[in-house]
Amino acid sequence: MTGLKLDRRTWFVIVLLAALALLPLVAIATDNDYQIAQFRRILIFAIAAVSLDLILGYGGMVSLGHAAFFGVGAYIVAILNWHAAREVPLFGMMLGTHNVLVTWTAAVVLSGALAGLIGLVSLRTTGIYFIMITLAFAQMVYFFFVSLRAYGGDDGLRFPGDTVILGLIDTENDVAFYYLVFGILCAVLYATRRLVNSRFGMVVQGCRENERRMKALGFATFRYKLACFALAGALAGLAGALFAANESYISPSIMHWTRSGDLIVMVVLGGMGTLIGPVVGALAFLFLEKTLPDYTEHWMVVFGPILLLLVLFARRGIFGWFLPKEDRHGGSH
Amino acid sequence: MAAATESLLAVDGLVKRFGGLLATDNVSLGIREGEIHAIIGPNGAGKTTLIAQLAGEILPNAGTIRFAGTDVTGLTVDARARLGIARSYQITQIFKGFTALDNVAMAVQAQDGHNFRAWAPARADENLRKPAAAILERVGLGARADVRAVNLAHGEQRQLEIAMALATRPRLLLLDEPMAGMGKDESERMTALLAKLKGEETILLIEHDMDVVFALADRISVLVYGRVIATGKPDEIRANVDVRAAYLGDGDA
Repeated sequence: MTGLKLDRRTWFVIVLLAALALLPLVAIATDNDYQIAQFRRILIFAIAAVSLDLILGYGGMVSLGHAAFFGVGAYIVAILNWHAAREVPLFGMMLGTHNVLVTWTAAVVLSGALAGLIGLVSLRTTGIYFIMITLAFAQMVYFFFVSLRAYGGDDGLRFPGDTVILGLIDTENDVAFYYLVFGILCAVLYATRRLVNSRFGMVVQGCRENERRMKALGFATFRYKLACFALAGALAGLAGALFAANESYISPSIMHWTRSGDLIVMVVLGGMGTLIGPVVGALAFLFLEKTLPDYTEHWMVVFGPILLLLVLFARRGIFGWFLPKEDRHGGSH
Repeated sequence: MAAATESLLAVDGLVKRFGGLLATDNVSLGIREGEIHAIIGPNGAGKTTLIAQLAGEILPNAGTIRFAGTDVTGLTVDARARLGIARSYQITQIFKGFTALDNVAMAVQAQDGHNFRAWAPARADENLRKPAAAILERVGLGARADVRAVNLAHGEQRQLEIAMALATRPRLLLLDEPMAGMGKDESERMTALLAKLKGEETILLIEHDMDVVFALADRISVLVYGRVIATGKPDEIRANVDVRAAYLGDGDA
């Protein structure tokens, strides 16, 4: 049985990643090149969804503020690029930069640090209070950027990005940029897979399963949950940085609380606590969001019940269908 | 209280109030290294409240708790656990989604440390798996290692919880009604397990089953309305007039 279990899972992952790897080639062959940027965007949201799964699926921390870290990552890239282009000093001392090594690293570090600060306060609560406090913090971040008139406020910020990444990859080249994003997604999936199965990952999962027992065993649970929360924030910041590079335009709407809700839907739809599930969830969610409105403007009426049925009958989401029966509920993968 | 100075756990003048209710009324207790010390008392006597204060889940209003020479009265649950106080709960607290082996490996990791290692797979770590497997054998769950805890029988879950407590290599085990909700066979298995631990571990045992208590305990303290009315060897407790009047009654003893 265990052999079979491994096979189904592994096959699914292989087929999914192979399909994503072939996507641009299929698009070119069928004269659908213009869709590559769309697919790239889906992969970027997939990275954000995977990062949310770390805290939601593995840590049991239902955060309704994850889009804030995504947004901050995106804004940091945008602002640094904007300053570099206009040659306006930032904080009166340094100029911005187009160098992605700097801008993306800054996005990851600062969104991770912000997540650390927000986690420091939020993680003292649990359950509904945790949901509300993460939501409140995220809305504070949202309104902070809305009020930043210098960077476009509500209207957002258009900025010239770096067109050559690391001297290698031309972001104007849709296909090359797609493979960069795809490579980063694969690296994130691999690293997070290692992480959740490590000693640290087991501690985080233990906190999800029974935090009271963890404390009674001698774990100072707070610090591990905080580290996990900050790491998830940093990865969301990375996704945000890629999003900014992808769009060359951002606005505060990407960190509105409904975007945090979308990320949760992606994770739940694809399969919580599976890492690969949220990738499927991002694909399915963004696909449905794009196609359902073609049939009816009340597409949410269709989408809502789909989600409800999934939550009721397949708690492991779409990916759950590819797991053996006993693994479809609870536990971890 | 001459014994208290040489006790592993020394409780002195412990008081806990919930509003008008005095749940712990000036309790002083000494648990000696290597003994099984049972705490008995009628429902509502404050046994679980007392154990919760010893473990650190509830903080007392007054009094001190010293463990192995250290004042732990103000320490958190996890800090006390790291000093060597392990416990089981009246309602089983385990990781239901984990396998039995993963449950115990988590407990082994608690004292082995390196909790920020984030790359090497924990399930392939012999430093965790081997001790965990050995402890599962010790409590009689060796054959159930790969079963998810949620699918274990109730009695097995209780055994698993004790395995987890043992895996932290505690100096003191606090067992809160380990037989709660068990059938006859399960109770007997648990009694046999506790008998095996007698002499190897220091145990504070809360239990309703008087046969078990009098068979296993080296000493017994009787708690009534939050007060310790007697402490002594099983024979002394059986003979104690106050205890008979307050608790054991006619049919029970």
